[in-house]
Amino acid sequence: MIKHETIEKNAGLMAILIIIVISAGGLAEIVPLFFKDSTTQPIQDMRTYTAVELEGRDIYIREGCHVCHTQMIRPFRAETERYGHFSTANEHVWEHPFLWGSKRTGPDLARVGGRYSDDWQRAHLYNPRDVVPTSKMPSYPWLFERRLTGDQTARKMEVMRTLGVPYTDEQIANAKSDVQGVYEVDALVAYLQALGRTHTNYDVR
Amino acid sequence: MSAFWSAWVTVITLAVIVGCTWLLFATRKSQPHQELTEETVGHSFDGIEELDNPMPKWWFQMFVATVVFGLVYLLLYPGLGNFKGLLGWTSTGQWEEEMAYAEEHYAPVFQRFAQLSVDELQQPENAEGLRIGQRLFANNCSVCHGVGGVGFYGFPNLTDGDWLWGGSEEAIKTTLHNGRMGAMPAWADVLGEDGIRDMTHYVLSLSNREHDAASAERAQPQFASLCAACHMPDGTGMYALGAPNLTNDNWLYGGSFEQIAHTLRHGRFGVMPAFSGLLSEDQIHLVTAYVMSLSND
Repeated sequence: MIKHETIEKNAGLMAILIIIVISAGGLAEIVPLFFKDSTTQPIQDMRTYTAVELEGRDIYIREGCHVCHTQMIRPFRAETERYGHFSTANEHVWEHPFLWGSKRTGPDLARVGGRYSDDWQRAHLYNPRDVVPTSKMPSYPWLFERRLTGDQTARKMEVMRTLGVPYTDEQIANAKSDVQGVYEVDALVAYLQALGRTHTNYDVR
Repeated sequence: MSAFWSAWVTVITLAVIVGCTWLLFATRKSQPHQELTEETVGHSFDGIEELDNPMPKWWFQMFVATVVFGLVYLLLYPGLGNFKGLLGWTSTGQWEEEMAYAEEHYAPVFQRFAQLSVDELQQPENAEGLRIGQRLFANNCSVCHGVGGVGFYGFPNLTDGDWLWGGSEEAIKTTLHNGRMGAMPAWADVLGEDGIRDMTHYVLSLSNREHDAASAERAQPQFASLCAACHMPDGTGMYALGAPNLTNDNWLYGGSFEQIAHTLRHGRFGVMPAFSGLLSEDQIHLVTAYVMSLSND
């Protein structure tokens, strides 16, 4: 048997042994998920994000919305009463990267689509306190000034396709014209309105 | 999970536990002395030496206890591949139990109020029903309509008795179930800038506000042909289309000359989301009663 002293004095050997030990958790808990239908197959009839929604998603990431908002409804009554059906893995197979978040300063947004009108979302993003006087969410006025160029949109969709998101050639070809000139706020609102609305499996209460 | 991956998870999990246990006992056994001594492991860093003593017994026993806990846990709960655990616990099962518990306890409360009409719910002896409606309103509606339903610019005030889509029980329930989509078209291309100015004066005249009479008169025929279809010839509006009453000086998007002109130029598209997927029939009944109570007094 290898002596403690031998391991301690051979950094390379120690590194290899450490890797073996710490990979055990990942091998047992993560690797099997790559081969399960419930984690690799999209939920029935789910649609992909449109080009504008995809750009809105990138704005969501850029502005750090996921830092204060989760997109993960847990299977507790307290959550499903407020947010709707609990989240399932097959709703997230096309999310790269996923935006589940880990902390709720604001509410969960996994099914926020359709809950408020576009006008409300715009007013709220411009200055949350105009519509929710006690809100502590930051204001995002610059989203109302900046427009998307669409220069990168087709590339992004191609990357998504290599990751398994079934974008069609037509969607990619039209990406730039769909996105060019759209205000950032409108792209973000389009994304928010799509959250939980890319399939209808959980619509019936 | 396929049989292979189930076995994969089971073997790795148990191997890790066995490995930890073996390591724990093997290192204890190979310890050169079992008592506390002054002996060191033989190296020194900046004059700091490490004593070569065995792990305290209570600590060792705690490690053993964690191993036992782990094995018992894996026996009771799902953890080893497809093995469901002796308790048969699942996260969705726990959620269903919670929902069933709530249904059992709260359904009779909602049923009691569901049997009462919205008018009966306004009575003091049924105040609890209205309070439930109020809390549902606070959670679901006040984000747009404000606390107490006073509304904001662009989001209707529900306390003033002035309705876009009607204030009857049926109308409010339809609004809650299906949502509403207001559609005031943009008239800039049809009316032109002069036409917009004239029409704004005409709209001001409907609520007896200061306006240019000549301008308003010029717009009158166009109001009759373009606007009266929804807002009615006298401008009192129409619930069926959500066309507001223009004669009462109560404005959703502001009543200044500029704001009215902006509405005429660009149109307005107010949206009330549908709540049938979020609130149950009984909950909608109580929210309706609460909303009706807001404009009662």
